[in-house]
Amino acid sequence: MFVDHRQDHLKVVRELLSTLVYPVQLAVNLPIKLVRDLSESLISRRTLMAENARLKEQADLLNTRLQRFDVIEAENRRLRALLGSTNRVSDRFLAAELLAVELEPFRQLIEINKGKRDGVFEGQPVVDSGGIIGQVVHMGQFSSKVLLITDPSHAVPVQIDRNGLRAIAIGTGRNDALLLEHLPSNADVKQGDLVVSSGLGHKFPRGYPVGTISEISFEPGDSFAKVTLTPSARLAQNREVLLLWPSGGEDAMEADRQEVSEE
Amino acid sequence: MPQTGRMWIIALSLVIALMLTALPLPEWAVNWRPAWVAMVLIYWCMALPERVGIGVSWMLGVLLDVQQGTVLGQHALGLALVAYITIKSHQRLRVFPLFQQALVVCGYILLFQFIVLWIKGMLGIPPRHWSYWMPAFSSMLLWPWIFIVLRDVRRKFKIQ
Repeated sequence: MFVDHRQDHLKVVRELLSTLVYPVQLAVNLPIKLVRDLSESLISRRTLMAENARLKEQADLLNTRLQRFDVIEAENRRLRALLGSTNRVSDRFLAAELLAVELEPFRQLIEINKGKRDGVFEGQPVVDSGGIIGQVVHMGQFSSKVLLITDPSHAVPVQIDRNGLRAIAIGTGRNDALLLEHLPSNADVKQGDLVVSSGLGHKFPRGYPVGTISEISFEPGDSFAKVTLTPSARLAQNREVLLLWPSGGEDAMEADRQEVSEE
Repeated sequence: MPQTGRMWIIALSLVIALMLTALPLPEWAVNWRPAWVAMVLIYWCMALPERVGIGVSWMLGVLLDVQQGTVLGQHALGLALVAYITIKSHQRLRVFPLFQQALVVCGYILLFQFIVLWIKGMLGIPPRHWSYWMPAFSSMLLWPWIFIVLRDVRRKFKIQ
């Protein structure tokens, strides 16, 4: 146990065994997936049409926004070139599906259906359309386990999008709240501020949303304010997540880090 | 059926227990999930101590650890200890009436959970809620049912 906790000699054993256990997890997942698929295929035509229309509208809207975004990205790249700083290329994604299995209670772990075979690596960031979900902690050949950002043993380096103020967001064990630790009582935070990952710590790439500030309270006796975040990723309702390969690996992260510390 | 063929039935029952452990439950029932693996293991240790012993329990515990994503050895240590005391007391357990057996099983599972709690405490991630102990009591309520089902399985396939 000590060896497993402190060192990683047993990683191979765990990988092998978790490949062995994978059929069990699949067997548990199967009936649930079947029911889901069935209810999806039995959906009425009218609902489908309505959804299709809504999605088309949304795609139009997003496309329009994207046009502006393209111009801004080009401009950003030009300005970066002028400043002589590294370019940030877009990251690579892979969609993964959640397995409907329960893992250890009292911890925030999920299992996904992509593993070492798909190039997943330990510590890999996992996101959804809303923001950061967590990072990969164990993996087998076909599946891997993801520790959510709301687990009490998990922390994400973040910054407030509005003013670049840096902090660390720590999980609480509940899936609807994170805590910002060690912010002085006079720090410039407001309710509703967007908090994004800062890229410090070399785990999570910079600029992915983590949450919005939902509550700030200050006890006169404490030296720090108590700031609570609501995660922007839909941690409890997700069925699909995205695995993320940060672009350029270490170099880009290093560049990010320097920039952050300059700010 | 040859004896080795019958061993598969035991293995199958343990795999089913593993599956039940991973089965998603509604929010209110999560904390009441019985300790399936420990219960099935206690049954086999009691009925066939010469077939299912501490070695099997240890391996099963490691599989449970991998499945649940916990530290390797956490459940293994607990299950091995439970198997040990069950084998030590199997002759007494066999003649107990069902409800008394259920009480003893509740005690064993509490011990199992205590070991797991102890290890979690050392790792710095202790569960801070009384509902952590609920599985022992739900297991106690389910024990008579598990006992009868597994006994019938054992008789049907003449595993000994």
